[in-house]
Formats: sequence, C-alpha cells, structure tokens
Amino acid sequence: MSAFFSVTRRQMLAASAAGLASSVVGAGQSSAADAAATVGFVYVGPRDDYGYNQSHAEGAAALKKIPGIKVVEQENVPETVDVAKTMEAMINLEGASLLFPTSFGYFNPFMLDAAKKYPSVQFRHCGGLWTDKDPKNAGSYFGYIGVCQYLNGVVAGHMTKSKKLAFVAAKPIPQVLLNVNSFLLGARTVDPSITCSVIFTGEWSLAVKEAEATNALLDQGADVVTCHVDSPKVVVQTAAGRGAYVCGYHANQAPLAGDKYLTGAEWNWATVYEMFAKKFLAKEPLPNFVRGGLAEGFVKMSPLGPAVSDAARADFKLKYAEVSKPDFAIVKGPLKDNKGAVVVAAGKAYGERAIELESMNYLVDGVVGSTS
Amino acid sequence: MTGGIGWWGLPIAMLGGAIRVSTPFLFVSLGETVTERSGRINLGLEGILVFGAMSAYAVAVRTGSPWTGVAAAALSGALFGALHGWICKFPKVNDVAIGIALMLFGSGLAFFFGKPYIQPAAPHLPAMSLGAWSSIPQLRAALEVNALFPAGIAAAFVLRWALRDTRAGLALRVVGDSSEAARALGIDADRVRLAATCFGGAMAAVGGAYLSLYYPGSWNENISSGQGLMAVALVIFARWNPIGCVAASLLFGGAGALGPALQSVGITHGYYLFYAAPYVLTLGAMIASSAPGRAGAGAPAELSIGT
Repeated sequence: MSAFFSVTRRQMLAASAAGLASSVVGAGQSSAADAAATVGFVYVGPRDDYGYNQSHAEGAAALKKIPGIKVVEQENVPETVDVAKTMEAMINLEGASLLFPTSFGYFNPFMLDAAKKYPSVQFRHCGGLWTDKDPKNAGSYFGYIGVCQYLNGVVAGHMTKSKKLAFVAAKPIPQVLLNVNSFLLGARTVDPSITCSVIFTGEWSLAVKEAEATNALLDQGADVVTCHVDSPKVVVQTAAGRGAYVCGYHANQAPLAGDKYLTGAEWNWATVYEMFAKKFLAKEPLPNFVRGGLAEGFVKMSPLGPAVSDAARADFKLKYAEVSKPDFAIVKGPLKDNKGAVVVAAGKAYGERAIELESMNYLVDGVVGSTS
Repeated sequence: MTGGIGWWGLPIAMLGGAIRVSTPFLFVSLGETVTERSGRINLGLEGILVFGAMSAYAVAVRTGSPWTGVAAAALSGALFGALHGWICKFPKVNDVAIGIALMLFGSGLAFFFGKPYIQPAAPHLPAMSLGAWSSIPQLRAALEVNALFPAGIAAAFVLRWALRDTRAGLALRVVGDSSEAARALGIDADRVRLAATCFGGAMAAVGGAYLSLYYPGSWNENISSGQGLMAVALVIFARWNPIGCVAASLLFGGAGALGPALQSVGITHGYYLFYAAPYVLTLGAMIASSAPGRAGAGAPAELSIGT
C-alpha cells in the first residue's frame, strides 16, 4: 500500500514540477513609449544558455538597436499551453504586434491558434513548418546549419590524432542526423578513415547525462567533441576539462573552452530578425517562408581558435569557399548508411535545400551509433 | 587518450558513473533519512537542492572559493529545512503538502536569484586522483574523486553509529516512532524534528552544490534532473538505513551510466531502454519491498506516508 501511495504522489510531484518550470524574468525594458512596433520573443530556456536560446536572444538584442522597435522577451516557457498564455500577455498587455515564438514545439497548435485569434498580429516561428494552408499572418524561418557542422568536421579532421570524433546528440530527428552526418563527412574529406561515435541522450537538456555521454565518448578514445543539444555548456566544459578539442554549436562557446575551442557552427538570427523588423516598420508584407544558409548570413562560423594548425586553417578557407557555392552538396551519392545499405545512389546530390534531407533517417557509413 | 579500450570501457564507465553521479543522491538521501527517522517527510528537497546548487555557484563566483560556496549552500539548505520544520509543528499541517510548496518555492527562488550566474564560470571543487597508480587513462579519469564523495560515505557510517549508539540518535528514533513515548521521556519532539529537518535540508543543498560546482559543474535552470525527488524514493528503497543509502545511490549512479557507456562501445539499439535502467531497478526494488508482510518494514511509525 505504501508503495502505491508514494507512486501516485510522485506523479503529482512531477506534474507540479512541470508547472513551475516557467519563471517570468526579464520582460519588457520599455525603451520609448512611442515605439512604432513592439516585437515579442518567446524562448524555451534561459536566454544566456550558451546555446539555442542565446542565439535567438543575440538576434533580439540586435533589434533593440533599431529605432522605433521595442523588444519584449520571455524565457523558460514550456511547449505547452503556457506559450499560448505568454503570447496572449505579450499581445494584450505589452501591445506586441510581431511575435517570434522560437521553439519547435510552439508551432502546432499554440501559434497557429493564436494566429487565427489575432489576425492583425504577425507571427513568425523558428523551424520551417509553415505551409500554404496555415494562416497568412503566420510564417516560418529557419537556417541551414549543416554546412557549418561540415566545416566543423573539416577542422576536427585535421586536429584529431586518434581519428575518432565524438558527437553528443539529443534526439535522432532529421535535423540532428544531418548535423551528425555532415560533421563526419566534413572530417572524411581530410581522412577517409575517421569515424565518429554518436550518443543520443534522448532529451534536449539533461546536464548530467550530457556529461556522462561526453565522458563515455572520451573513454573510448575520441579527441574532438561536438554536440547538438540545447545548451552545449556542459559538453564543452566537460570535454575541454579532460583535454579534448571542442567544436561548438548554436552559439560561440570559446569563453568556456579556452584554447581547446577549434571553431563552431553558430546561428546568426540577427539577419532574419532585422529583415523582418525593417519590413514591418516600413509596412511592407512579411514573407511567410524564409530560409537561408551560410551564403545568406543565416548561419556563421566561430572564429578559428588558437590551437588550429596552419594546414587546417588553409583547408578550412578552401572548403569554406567550396560550400559557399550554390550547387554545393554535402550529401551526394554514392553514399551508404552505417548498416551497409545504399541511401543515396551514385550520381545523385542533395544540396542543402533539398526536400529529401528533411526526412533523413540514417547515419552514414563511418558514424558509430544507431537512430533507435 | 590514445586509443579506445573497447568493452573494458563498460565496467570502468559504470564505476566512474557510480562515483560521479551518485554523490548528490547520497547526500540528499542521507539527509532525508535523518528527517524521516524523526517522523517527518520533506518532499521539498528537490527545491532545496536546486537552491543549494544556485547559492553554492553564486557564492563561489563571488568569493572565488568553491568551499565557501558549499558552506553557503549548507546554510541555505538548513534555513529551508528550518522553515519546513517550523511550519510543520503547527497542528493539522500536512508535511507532504508543505514539502511540495517548498519544492516550488526553492526552485522558483533559485531561478530568480540565479539569473546573473548562468554565464560566469565558477571555480570547481578540486578532485583527488585516486587512479594515479594506473596506466590506463580511462581508469584514471574514472577515479578522479571529489572530496564530497568520501565525505558522504563517511557521513553514512557516522550516521549509522549516531542513530544506533548515541543519546541523540535514540531521541531521534523515539520521536520518530512515537511522539507519546518521547513526551513521556521528556523529549521535545518538535525541537528534535526541527533539528532533523534542518540537517536534511543542509545535506540536500550540499548535494546541489556538488552538481553545480563539480559534476556536471555549471549552473543553469535544468541542472537537476530530479535528483532530489529520486533520493526521497531511495530512502524508502534503503529502508531508512544510512548504509543502505550508500548502496542505493551507488547502484542508481552506476545504472545511470549504463546508457551512455553502452552506446559508446557500440551497443546502440534501444538506448531509451537502457536509460530507464535506474528507474526500472528502483521500481523493481519497490515492488519487492512492498511484498505482503514486509510493507513498511523499518519505517518510522510516525511517518505520514502510510503503511
């Protein structure tokens, strides 16, 4: 009886703990009462997490410099009805007329419902899910960051001595798999014998498990680590603390890893937000579907760290020019997955805008790991 | 870091994981053992742990000394414990409900005050290299032991001795098993429980300090993945016995390292299943220990978890 009772109580605890996760901090520094437009940003985590949320907050910070724009922000908003409440509050209490809910899970149904309810407010969601059937005052934007992980891989390929790379990943979804595959394929342009072990933690943010995964990968001899989790802080600090090189993700983690930081794949959302804000102020129609990569300035690379060798620097420069060409493709045939099946036939090439990449469900030959 | 060690990585990773991951569980469950032996249950330890993690990190950033951070965490935890103990002494107050409120309060307060400390890096607690004798770098890494881990083990033995063989331990057990008997002996049950809850809070906050100052060693709002809650379950699993807490924490930590370690040696299928290993183990132990006739064996009679 006691066990049964304590289980139900624990479930209740879990439910109430989920409710507390949202804390209201740091909204609305009102710059001018006569701001022409109030822009709202909603983040799923803390905006100074050295990761995904920080990359968006850096974009929001760029908007604060534009005259006539007032920025309101709220962080730690779960992908639940909480985000609907946050958006309502921003619209009704702060007068926001352009909203950027930045997390993937905010889109359906929360943002779509809000867009139907407030037809005069513009909504743009980060993630690229918008289709023609959705409300016209809503839309999506996203960046192609695969080439940046490819360039990470190029530098990692030069710097690894053990020929083993490590990738700490959250969930085996297409975008993450593309990053893992791109990282390895970049490294294999340097040396085709390089392998990359991947560990999936199963969640976007699990500090202890990310540290355990990093340690386990280093124990197996990997000497360059990168990741795709919401906040790379723990992975970067753990790896650098054990003397391994690090390639960053989402934002610049060089301050955390010192000279162990090689380079990193970063978002550059300021490009997108400034474009939207300027059109909005000029009363021009906002595009519904926006995507871009390195060439469009949606993503960027961290400056190369001091440890990067001259050979790696030269090759990085070369490959950077290569990936900036419009017909460049990371994923091209003949390509096998790590179970031996041919996933891309010879002669086929998928550039970063190819729709085929958005249903990627395999890890390429050379990646040690499994998607399930 | 030259070359992998293949399958040897598995036991080494589990050993390392047991040492690295178990410490917060150990501290929280030891503290809660004392609290529960006094007849109170404090479910707010998760909140106290998170607040302890934050205050330790913040003080370490400010003063540059991680040990001052640990001390500050212990103090903050004792204060939270005192709050719980003080409120619960009033008649008809439900300690379970207060615990839940305290959990939300502690986490919320930690998030509020912790905002400015997400970015700065705090000095870490030093580690002792117990693996210096080995030539295997992986084993050396696994045996990088933080001083709090042996301190926790030592605390478990001291607590077992104190509970069994000291006057204070006797008073605590009497209060936990029967308030009436305690009153007949002239023991002030409320004061004993207040002290026990303070101690439990301080221990939980030190567990939090370990998270933010050693492993994983950073402060953010997701630093705890429910260690404070799981540790309360581990106390029941450990049958309110400090030595049992050590075993339960080590088992839980080692099982938690299984998932990443298996993936790193190439067993990559079904990792969600391996990640569930600690919880499956706990659930199995709970079911086994709630068998008819054994339900609540060792539980303090005054404890309001119902037996």
